[in-house]
Amino acid sequence: MDITVNILLTIATAATPLLIAAIGELVVERSGVLNLGVEGMMIMGAVGGFGAGYLTGSPWVGLLAAIAMGALFSLLFAVMTLSLATNQVATGLSLTLLGLGLSGMIGTGFVGQPGVRLPNLDIPGLSSIPVVGKLLFGQDPVFYISIVLTAAVMWFLFKTRTGLTLRSIGDSHASAHALGIKVIRYRYLSVIFGGACAGLAGGHLSLVYTPQWVENMTAGRGWIALALVVFASWRPWRVLAGAYIFGAVWIGQLHAQAFGIPVPSQMLSSLPYLATVVVLVLISRNKRLTMMNTPASLGQPFVPDR
Amino acid sequence: MSANHDGANLLEVRGLTKIFGTLTACDHIDLNIAKGEIHALLGENGAGKSTLVKMLFGSLEPNSGEIFWNGQAVRITSPGAAKKLGIGMVFQHFSLFEALTAAENIALSLDDGSPISSIAAKARALSYSYGLPLDPDSLVGDLSVGERQRIEIIRCLLQTPQLIILDEPTSVLTPQEADKLFETLERLRSEGKSILYISHRLEEVKRICDRATVLRHGKVVGHCNPREETAASLARMMVGNEVQAVVRAPVEGIETAQPLLEVRGLTRKPATPFSIPLKNISLNVRAGEVIGIAGVAGNGQGEFFESVSGEVLQQDVASVRIRGKDAGGLTITGRRLLGAAFVPEERLGHGAAPRMKLSENLLLSRHATDGKAFVGTGGMVKSGAIYAASQRIIEAMDVRKSAPDPEAAALSGGNLQKFIVGRELDRRPSVMVVNQPTWGVDAGAAAHIRQALIELSRSGSAVLVISQDLDELFEISDAIAVMHNGELSKPMPIAEATFEKVGLLMGGAEPGHAEHTLETA
Repeated sequence: MDITVNILLTIATAATPLLIAAIGELVVERSGVLNLGVEGMMIMGAVGGFGAGYLTGSPWVGLLAAIAMGALFSLLFAVMTLSLATNQVATGLSLTLLGLGLSGMIGTGFVGQPGVRLPNLDIPGLSSIPVVGKLLFGQDPVFYISIVLTAAVMWFLFKTRTGLTLRSIGDSHASAHALGIKVIRYRYLSVIFGGACAGLAGGHLSLVYTPQWVENMTAGRGWIALALVVFASWRPWRVLAGAYIFGAVWIGQLHAQAFGIPVPSQMLSSLPYLATVVVLVLISRNKRLTMMNTPASLGQPFVPDR
Repeated sequence: MSANHDGANLLEVRGLTKIFGTLTACDHIDLNIAKGEIHALLGENGAGKSTLVKMLFGSLEPNSGEIFWNGQAVRITSPGAAKKLGIGMVFQHFSLFEALTAAENIALSLDDGSPISSIAAKARALSYSYGLPLDPDSLVGDLSVGERQRIEIIRCLLQTPQLIILDEPTSVLTPQEADKLFETLERLRSEGKSILYISHRLEEVKRICDRATVLRHGKVVGHCNPREETAASLARMMVGNEVQAVVRAPVEGIETAQPLLEVRGLTRKPATPFSIPLKNISLNVRAGEVIGIAGVAGNGQGEFFESVSGEVLQQDVASVRIRGKDAGGLTITGRRLLGAAFVPEERLGHGAAPRMKLSENLLLSRHATDGKAFVGTGGMVKSGAIYAASQRIIEAMDVRKSAPDPEAAALSGGNLQKFIVGRELDRRPSVMVVNQPTWGVDAGAAAHIRQALIELSRSGSAVLVISQDLDELFEISDAIAVMHNGELSKPMPIAEATFEKVGLLMGGAEPGHAEHTLETA
């Protein structure tokens, strides 16, 4: 029993950073901006979070620093693509490259240093319920944030007027502009929100998952988050499902490798990607719904003609 | 009665100028709009009407000139600022969000925080009271052009503006819908609201407008009272010379001519929950004739066009035949190679790729049929030949533009339409199918396009025109069929057709169409 609970706990820990980064990117893409810099913003969050935690000794300061770092880094992308109307794909790619390099430089002094870990938030009483207690009420704080964040984004996008406005900008920025909606301002805020989320996801890696600094420690998670958004056809609960399927198969194949199952390890390592893609494609079969949810102006620079 | 001229002007424009590169789109425009008047803005495509209106609505910034609102000098820097002043606009190229519902689209333009459901109820009530029925829960992407326009109008009215700018509002409405709209406009005028009315339909300008300002080549060429003018004199003012009337010589011996386009028992299930199924449609278009298809927007015309053009393939390959060959299973290119040409309703994104040059758009639609002329050895594109051909079309159709080879999106709607129609005519196709050939096109250009279609048919081609403009269909067709709720009536020879007969069929007065069963039996 304990093994099952522990496995489930590690799945949640593996899925949380993916979920947070993907939910942030989902909001960005719903506003019509494609930021391929998730990996870069994530690693900047990771190094910023670790550094601030290490220097102050407080993991909470570290977490805030991670969020701020991600947001600040995304601001660079926002200025380039929104104010200067550069190509979003190229700018996003260079943001990732810059983030990976810059974080390595900032983090040279942190390598091998002991980090601080964010304590688990045990809810007294509830967390001692067998099995369920540990899973639902004894996790790290970022896990709770990720669930609340997903629900909040879902509510915001589909139940509020501001969310409707955001989706309309993603559908057609020219129409939104014609109605007098401040397209650029909405997009700035969306991109910064996405950056903050990516930073938080990076902070989870260096303050909860493996409380230490290792260069390139995001290991492609930012790219997975990006893919999740698309395969989930820009719908929050599907992103959540995707993140947990990925986490589950990822942890499952690690255990399978440990048991020495006679399947090449490369095959097993590719399983999480395959499983996630297959499941999300299957649930996105409804072409009409997919068409409705795809932001039509995704990736197109907006320059109001004056 | 004409408007209250001594009353204060709601809007005054002095010397408004807008320059794009080398083209002066608006050259020192003066315009006064009094309170409680319907003011017409007339002019050909490219005369600067849209540019002027965009400046008034804040989506373009003038290079010079002044705007006074209630006597106060104002700068309208954004559409938001225009809305705040009390200027509302119904766009010609719709500014709707396709992935959202009608109610959500309306909610987006209202600043109050009321919930969508109450906005939907308000919109539904308002739309019915103005005779423009609207289902607030329908998805805009599934609606026809006419239905989309209703949303635009309702959305504008819900903002209770002082000045309403309507950019060609009736071009997609049925005569009855247009009448309702005029009632609405007259009601608004009696409430003291002002309306700036842009239209190519001179008869309706004469009918509802108090004053008119005429633009030509970016300059104001005259002000007049349209009620004292004739349609011909207004057209002369706009164009600068006489508009040629369309000439249609009667055809003889058409019964024995070869049918080049045959539609046999065409049936199609609705593609989306909102679209119209096609029910057993049969039609022959013979060499040398123009057949018109009338109908209220959203009765299956779009679905029919898609099936005939090959955007959607048919299960039954014999349900569409081009020049005697089964074409139901062929793609658009396959059908083009049989000698057919198609002009869809939507210009941007359907008829032309908006961000590509005209010459590139030419290659896109004709690379297969004119492979020898446009593509050289090893698949290299002959850009010189394509450029020359596009210039030939531009000249033949009198397309006005601001650069030698501009992007499609940079052209005004009518000029782009002239290019798209010209691109297909240039091939001398033996079967031509056109959906809404002159929507939003000015009188001069429309006459040009219509004459070209008639001439094409007289040179031995079969021409099928789908249109919501009855005047147009009566002008060019040899026979008119009516589409209602996915069914097509038997074509009625033009000599027997009247507005009343066609109008009744458009309203669905003859369900079942008994003649059909005879043909298919």
